[in-house]
Amino acid sequence: MEKELWKGNEAIAEAAIRAGCKYFFGYPITPQNEIPEYLSLHLPQVGGCFLQAESEVAAINMVYGAAGCGVRVMTSSSSPGISLKQEGITYMCGAELPAVIVNMMRGGPGLGTIQPAQGDYYQATRGGGNGDYRHLVFAPATIQEAADYVQIAFDVADQYRNPVMILADGMIGQMMEAIEWHEVPKRELPAKPWATTGTKGERQPNVINSLYIDPNVCAEHNERLTAKYKAMEENETRWEEVNTQDCEVLFVAYGTPSRIARAAIRLLEKEGIKAGLFRPITLWPFPGKALKKAAMQDSVKAVVDVELSMGQMIDDVRIALEGCRPVSFVGKAGGVVPTPAEVASAAKAALGR
Amino acid sequence: MRKRLQIVTGHYGSGKTEYAVNLALALAKEETHLALADLDIVNPYFRSYEQARRLEQAGIRVIVTSCGGAADIPAINPAVMSLFQDAAWRGVLDIGGDPIGARVLARFAPQLHPEDFDLLYVLNANRPETRDLERALAYMRGIEKECLQQVTGIVNNTHLCGETTLEEILKGARLAGELSRAAGIPIVCHAVEERFAPKAARLLHEPVFPMNIYMKKPWEITTCEEE
Repeated sequence: MEKELWKGNEAIAEAAIRAGCKYFFGYPITPQNEIPEYLSLHLPQVGGCFLQAESEVAAINMVYGAAGCGVRVMTSSSSPGISLKQEGITYMCGAELPAVIVNMMRGGPGLGTIQPAQGDYYQATRGGGNGDYRHLVFAPATIQEAADYVQIAFDVADQYRNPVMILADGMIGQMMEAIEWHEVPKRELPAKPWATTGTKGERQPNVINSLYIDPNVCAEHNERLTAKYKAMEENETRWEEVNTQDCEVLFVAYGTPSRIARAAIRLLEKEGIKAGLFRPITLWPFPGKALKKAAMQDSVKAVVDVELSMGQMIDDVRIALEGCRPVSFVGKAGGVVPTPAEVASAAKAALGR
Repeated sequence: MRKRLQIVTGHYGSGKTEYAVNLALALAKEETHLALADLDIVNPYFRSYEQARRLEQAGIRVIVTSCGGAADIPAINPAVMSLFQDAAWRGVLDIGGDPIGARVLARFAPQLHPEDFDLLYVLNANRPETRDLERALAYMRGIEKECLQQVTGIVNNTHLCGETTLEEILKGARLAGELSRAAGIPIVCHAVEERFAPKAARLLHEPVFPMNIYMKKPWEITTCEEE
């Protein structure tokens, strides 16, 4: 397949269409506007429906409704807009509805800035809504990955009857890279007998709901959801390791900072320091076991967490390492991206050089 | 001969910002009153004003929309009017990367005189929305319709960011040729990374415009000078 130059947001939108997504509901916000822009033109061409809702709250509830009908549906937004969607997300987890939600993160808190950031890590991985719920979070670091993981996300959502989030910083949405379109591995997906497709007088109505007023029934519901989340942890955890074997210093980073860390690895190599990168691809489930294995090599003297936030993922890194290795932090929030030289300096400082 | 105002349009990803920055730096070698106006109201990232320091060091006046990136609104800096009113200035105008972005120009239609400007359509044959004649032409017509002006020249800037090859440039030259014949508009130049310039100049009929890559991704910036 010939390589083409795609902007991240456009590639995400096109990937959704290729995955069979027929419905998109959203509300504009920088830096993800090319997603709705692209879908507003191209979804009607494939017989789909694009709708700009009156707000993010309306949009996520439209996603709830469409997902309840058993169709593939997506919404996208950026940080403050995703905050508004949190109620809808916990309701969808409660009602077990598959959908894909894209968060192209910008600087916060509040309205913050339109430049790239990763300050929504806690919100994405812990859940900004109420209750004991989880959803998968994919963190692409290239446009190729963004295109691939959006397609995978629709399958994973259907497999587990659960929303899936694509979490990327604005740089991934706004930059251009050469990609190739290819099919993602096929999964055997369950039918959707629960969907509200019309009884045609042949069955009892299906009800989409997250209300379980009887505490015993609600407790059972939570047990069943937890078992499902456990299965996601076992089957869907993903990560990438670069140069980790026998490294002295191990970077942990996702998205744009992982690209910076790769450049820092090359800078450190010139100074005779062997650095590696552990890159979580799923932020929930966090690949803690694999990270511990990489960090517990005798060669590793320091672990450096790199973020476009003020230290959020570092909690998961520390939980995974259980105090077995020192963990230091380098990062910036609010739309400023650290340079490869700054990240390399942080690694040297962590090594005491 | 290039006219006083060089107006640069094209789909985002065509590389029009890279071309606009390089064109301004090239013109600055012979011009004392040169301005670059970043009139992009659709793209928040990878904007020509990010190169303001480099441009200003070359003696170029930089005019920026949206309060220099301080506002997420399509606000046009009134200073741009001086380029239309004062013929002592030459200007490179970097217009936002789609027909909606080109609408900015419509506002200046009463000030635009055909003898005064070139309207350049930057083309990248590797961008899905402009990858064949039909789409490249439709996109160009869309820009013309919104900005109320006719494109006067085509710039072939076919690339794949860091993965560009000479073959890609030649593929783009073929598409630019088809577009040129179909629309009756000349190819102004083939804008290519400096490393491809000598070979491209031997293989292509139209002028080759060599470019340095200034619009880098954060991890491609590895020297202090670039920070």
